[in-house]
Amino acid sequence: MTGTRDILRVVSKSLIPFIALFALYTQFHGDYGPGGGFQAGVILAAAFVVYALVEGLPALDAAFPPRVREILAAVGVLIYGGVGVISMALGAVFLDYDVLAHDPHHGQHYGILLVELGVGVTVCSVMVALFGAFAARGRPA
Amino acid sequence: MMPAVLDFVVLGLLVVVAIAVVLQRNLFAAVMLTGMYSLLSAAWMLVLDAPDVAYTEAAVGAGVSTVLLLSTLALTTDREREPPRLEPGPLFVALMTGVVLLYGVLDVPAFGDPASPVHLHVAPHYLLESPHEIGVPNVITAVLASYRGFDTFGETTVVLTAAVGVLALLRRRPAPPPEGAA
Repeated sequence: MTGTRDILRVVSKSLIPFIALFALYTQFHGDYGPGGGFQAGVILAAAFVVYALVEGLPALDAAFPPRVREILAAVGVLIYGGVGVISMALGAVFLDYDVLAHDPHHGQHYGILLVELGVGVTVCSVMVALFGAFAARGRPA
Repeated sequence: MMPAVLDFVVLGLLVVVAIAVVLQRNLFAAVMLTGMYSLLSAAWMLVLDAPDVAYTEAAVGAGVSTVLLLSTLALTTDREREPPRLEPGPLFVALMTGVVLLYGVLDVPAFGDPASPVHLHVAPHYLLESPHEIGVPNVITAVLASYRGFDTFGETTVVLTAAVGVLALLRRRPAPPPEGAA
């Protein structure tokens, strides 16, 4: 490692918390401003990609193991579908959020928050998994 | 209202960058230029008052796609193997396709035309009723996550399915057993 590379590492690493915070803002503020689960998932994945670019793929695999990525990618879809199943169990049609709370507006709010969370979890895990799959090909077996 | 000159500047830059991508022989530079193209597209979406789309284009097109293309270059090479030659056949097909597409554009309603079909179907209902039916300030979120929850569920499943396909192709397998072991 040369000195210039160290500057790059320190500066890039200090950006990661802000990228992750912005992803969370995008995730949970999607009801009020632009954004939502898809954008938030991609931005959070970008934070992980930056981490892998400065610290190397083994560090990424330690922080967000490949097995966890693959499981979380499916968990996101299950959260989304699960909200639909719960709304069915409460007597409405699939993905009708009105019944999730006493007040239909609150029900809609919870429903949207949960399905967007599912989208975010899946998109982030998938993006990191795709990057990991590409990057790992370059390493000798 | 955005000044019209901004429209021409952004669209003109899009054309310039697109031509630069085609002419560029260094693949690393071409990838960087496609990232610029995505960022300009995001700016264009912002000019059209579509911040949600701009957001996605900037994050996916300029961010993740560029990284994936760069990691592909790291596996292959950043030089084109042989310079492309001008082939009259494909050039003719491409030009004719462009002419047909331009002809089709003549039938598209004018931009922002309130009488265009897309603004007469369900859009008025979404815009007028979502504050009462959904109660979420961002209509786009209300449409994507609630009115069209089925679509978004399908899209999320598509993302997962795409990842399953890519991982099945690219994920590193354990070394194959030696000959005769299986």
